[in-house]
Amino acid sequence: MSEATEHMTRPIPAPAISIETKPFWDAATEGRFLIKRCTGCGKAHWYPRALCPFCMSAETVWEESPGEGVIYSYSVMHRAPTGPYAIGYVTLDEGPAVLTNFVGVAPDGLAIGMKVKVQFQPTEGGPPVPVFAPA
Amino acid sequence: MSIKGKAYLMGAFEHPLRDAPDTSTPQLHGECALGALTDAGLSKDDVDGYFCAGDAPGFGGLSMVDYMGLKNVRHLDSTETGGSSYIVHVGHAAQAIAQGKCSVALITLAGRPRQAGRRPGGPGGGGGGLTDGPPEAGFENIYGGSTHNTYGMCAMRHMYEYGTTSEQLAWIKVAASHHAQWNEHAFLKDVVTVEQVVNSRMISDPLHLLDCCVVTDGGGALIVTSPEVAKSLNRPKVRVMGAGEAPKGPRGGLDLDLTHSGAVWSGPRAFEEAGVTPADIKYASIYDSFTITVLMQLEDLGFCKKGEGGRFVSDGNLISGVGKLPFNTDGGGLCNNHPTNRGGITKVIEAVRQLRGEAHPKVQVKNCDLAIAHGTGGSLGTRHAAATLIMEREA
Repeated sequence: MSEATEHMTRPIPAPAISIETKPFWDAATEGRFLIKRCTGCGKAHWYPRALCPFCMSAETVWEESPGEGVIYSYSVMHRAPTGPYAIGYVTLDEGPAVLTNFVGVAPDGLAIGMKVKVQFQPTEGGPPVPVFAPA
Repeated sequence: MSIKGKAYLMGAFEHPLRDAPDTSTPQLHGECALGALTDAGLSKDDVDGYFCAGDAPGFGGLSMVDYMGLKNVRHLDSTETGGSSYIVHVGHAAQAIAQGKCSVALITLAGRPRQAGRRPGGPGGGGGGLTDGPPEAGFENIYGGSTHNTYGMCAMRHMYEYGTTSEQLAWIKVAASHHAQWNEHAFLKDVVTVEQVVNSRMISDPLHLLDCCVVTDGGGALIVTSPEVAKSLNRPKVRVMGAGEAPKGPRGGLDLDLTHSGAVWSGPRAFEEAGVTPADIKYASIYDSFTITVLMQLEDLGFCKKGEGGRFVSDGNLISGVGKLPFNTDGGGLCNNHPTNRGGITKVIEAVRQLRGEAHPKVQVKNCDLAIAHGTGGSLGTRHAAATLIMEREA
């Protein structure tokens, strides 16, 4: 298959896990996608923090998300030794934009506004990490 | 001029923990910030100056500004002198406040050496393979982000929202190459065409090889003096007229906007201080890590309206002697030099040459009495700091 039509894959290294984000990765290991929401101002945010980046309240809670949204922007890197891969932002239905890789799609198959859904990709020596594929 | 009596310490907070196995270093910084703000009776949105040292995870102050959602910062200082840093910071904050550069400065310190396994060089994150680095690391660094593809995302979105084309972006490289042909030290001296740029190999959509800056070794230095010292020296005088700075990041992800840079805030501050407008500028040094970087910054600085950058840079408008806004007459980062992947200093250096009338005769701007140098550090696609400097030739 030509580069343009082959589905993209990229080996992803184990993520850095801190005491603050360990619950996210524990859930990821079970295939659940969590986001953080502030019970003070009601807003969801990304990446997950102990303190709300909008109102600085410490009353943030984990919330399971279906991980659905649309592509805000993307770029396909053509110069990687393991083949082309796509980085981009997904605007989740809950509001926040999430940086990610796109999988299950050819390099020329992506578009801003495309509906995507989270899935988890295994890493070497770490928990699986969220990536997004066409919904 | 002295800082004596020009600034006040109005909030202070010491974290109660002495052993923090369950609290990350970013969270400790945030809790300390909240404690000091609460003590002062202020909120995070009052903060317009942020000071930190090497204990703050991330790139200068950028990660912590983004983590805490500090959205009104217009003065950043990450001076590092070890344990005395925070006393230095108070002095620097007082200077900044006395100069009107900020009015509420936040200084934070935090760390967890007890979680480092008590061995020098330990990971610092506690047990169980945990780390304690920049708070965004686990959610960003794993996705293969580079400057090429994070700036590529900005270009992709700009094209989507405003119809900007690869040919328009290419004109920026073409202009830089026209200037570089006269620079004997330029890394790339060949003049290129729009066709050559758009037909060069794709690096990361939609940025081609010739949309990217060079990678070079080297360096630079600057001397800034008092008016008295300047007067005593036998050199043309380049007067600092205004400066502005602004960090920008995803900040929780709700206001992500990859088509604007921090120049929308740093630019107006610098122009206001200098008492001039973009229309007054005779020469512009604009950070050119990629062609899209130039286009977005020109829009954000007010040289044209947002979305009209593509038309503005076309047809040689940035070429000295041809267009209305001569830019990067040394060849810029796109052709001349981008020493150690930090292009800010060469932007100031070429502006000084232009204002002194010491640029190459083929690119010297006639009667160049007012210049701007503007840069973006970090990544436009994730978190960055914009810096704007306006300089004038003193007759």
